[in-house]
Amino acid sequence: MPRGRAGARAPRSRLGLSRCRSSEIVLSPAILLSALLNGLLTGAVYALIALGLTLIYGVLHIINFAHGALLTAAMFAAYFAFKTFHLDPYVAVFLLTPAFFVLGYALQRFVIGPASHGDDRNMLLVTLGLAVIIENALLFEFRADTRTIELPYAFATINLGFTFLAVPRILGLVAAFVVAAVLWLMINLSDIGRAIRAVAKEKLGAQLVGVDVAHVYAVTFGLGTACIAVAACLLVPTYYVNPTAGNAFVLVAFTIVVLGGMGSIPGALIGGFVTGVVESLSGLFLGESLGQIGIFLTFIFVLLVRPRGLFGAGA
Amino acid sequence: MKVFAPIVVVVILLAAIPVVVHSNVVLNFLVVALMVALAGQGWNILGGYGGQYSFGHAAFFGTGAYVTAVLQARYGINAWTAFMLGILGGAVVGAVIGTLSFRSGLRGSYFALVTLAFAEVLRIVASVAPITGAGVGTLVRLDLRLAALQFESRAAFYWVILTLVAVALIVTRIVERSRFGAWLIAIRENEDAAMALGVDTTAIKLGAMVMSAAITAAAGCFYTQYFLFVDSGIAYGTWISIEALLTPIIGGIGTLFGPLLGALAVRTLGELAQSITGDAPGLDLVVFGCVLVLVVWFLPRGLAGAVAGIAQRLRQTERVSTAREAGHG
Repeated sequence: MPRGRAGARAPRSRLGLSRCRSSEIVLSPAILLSALLNGLLTGAVYALIALGLTLIYGVLHIINFAHGALLTAAMFAAYFAFKTFHLDPYVAVFLLTPAFFVLGYALQRFVIGPASHGDDRNMLLVTLGLAVIIENALLFEFRADTRTIELPYAFATINLGFTFLAVPRILGLVAAFVVAAVLWLMINLSDIGRAIRAVAKEKLGAQLVGVDVAHVYAVTFGLGTACIAVAACLLVPTYYVNPTAGNAFVLVAFTIVVLGGMGSIPGALIGGFVTGVVESLSGLFLGESLGQIGIFLTFIFVLLVRPRGLFGAGA
Repeated sequence: MKVFAPIVVVVILLAAIPVVVHSNVVLNFLVVALMVALAGQGWNILGGYGGQYSFGHAAFFGTGAYVTAVLQARYGINAWTAFMLGILGGAVVGAVIGTLSFRSGLRGSYFALVTLAFAEVLRIVASVAPITGAGVGTLVRLDLRLAALQFESRAAFYWVILTLVAVALIVTRIVERSRFGAWLIAIRENEDAAMALGVDTTAIKLGAMVMSAAITAAAGCFYTQYFLFVDSGIAYGTWISIEALLTPIIGGIGTLFGPLLGALAVRTLGELAQSITGDAPGLDLVVFGCVLVLVVWFLPRGLAGAVAGIAQRLRQTERVSTAREAGHG
């Protein structure tokens, strides 16, 4: 996880060289395995964020640059739900998810859709504009202060003998699978799911047979935003909240979406886990601040070599 | 020569400002606005004329800024040489990113993403690498001499940045009127069609990228000379990526004076927002974001397009009324 609360600030090792040497000495299978497991657990939250992004890309064919800012907004919502109404984040998730669905629906239906006149490049710019607005409105309102909430179980762990696994992260893993399953069922079995698939494949054709494309676009955007609300509620117990907190995740989510194939749900899940592990391992070898470079380099590499991703149909 | 006449007029008018205005606040405002305009002029070549939307022009701005700063502070190289090498450095980074992404056929969203990622990689590297001063940043020694490209008066800095903007305007005009520019616009309008007609799209896009990167890098070099300090958040931060694309889009994408117009408009709005709310951070950027969305929504051709539209409508009504009069007569 980028700059987690526990490892507040990564030591500025000289390009991680000193770190590298020390880790070679103590590198044992147990450490590798625990890094691997923790990477998988982190990857679950990444996967959730990426699920929303990939869904929006798969149908609207745009990259939603407001994804990170919306995640930050959801984290603030979860934070204030706890501070003001003493709602546990794991309870708040059931309120925030529908609320963010409505927010996402409204944003696409009444702002992004009309503002971009159906042009992809305009959609990129509008979502970028929204990201700037949301992020800086939060900065203006709450300043750059970093906030955290105290929960009795935030640091609860399960002892596996050779390593400890954090309980909130295990919950994240479960939630990622539940959300992915619900989304998959919805898209494959429900009527709106059929409409979404139709629009994703052939927008004009869907319109001709009577599908309300603007509505389907907005529903998809709403679903993507709802995924973010789930991820935010899972993050808040162990992560800090500030006006740029979401950004660290969203570039990672872009990587995952590209890695897994734009628009592919299983791709987002698997891509999330792979990325979590890559980050965890490169953090182990290179030091924490350079650990993120591992992700970006993977990202650039995948974009350049196989832009349609591991599971994507075509770029 | 006629095609350069508007540039000459605008530059002479702008150059006269410090003769009349002596307020340091106003001059400082104009220097920063012109610097952002220069970064936007770079973006405009690739994004405005070529249709390739980069979300990571900070990669070039930052490289220009860092090369200029590090060469002076660490290696004692003359400021003018460092400035030129900074521009060259930006162009090289542009060539590398361009070669990698255009060769693998990245377009649209993918291109925007990969540029963003490159800028982030550079930011993280700059925040830990010892040569850039890591998290502390790099300071350039105060040395108010022409040889060190530092001036005591804001007016001198203003004329330096204005000269750079003028050069960029001339380059843009030449591109606009050249065969290269025609190919570039063809790529923007329909890349597949351009390719089918025999345009070497990869080479043209790469050329535009290098040119674009060099101009934006010049803005970064100027930043270092003006503020004498860079760190990774300033040099490779997202703020400059956003302002570089905001100014041409608001001013008029793919137009000669768009970035200049947009930079003045955006900066004025930012200052207004700041003066209303005091020192609270963020509100100016909220205004920028709203302006971006509203311009895309209601003025797809930006301010320059709106002005041209109004002028055209006036001309049309005139023509209609004269035609009517002629008809009646």
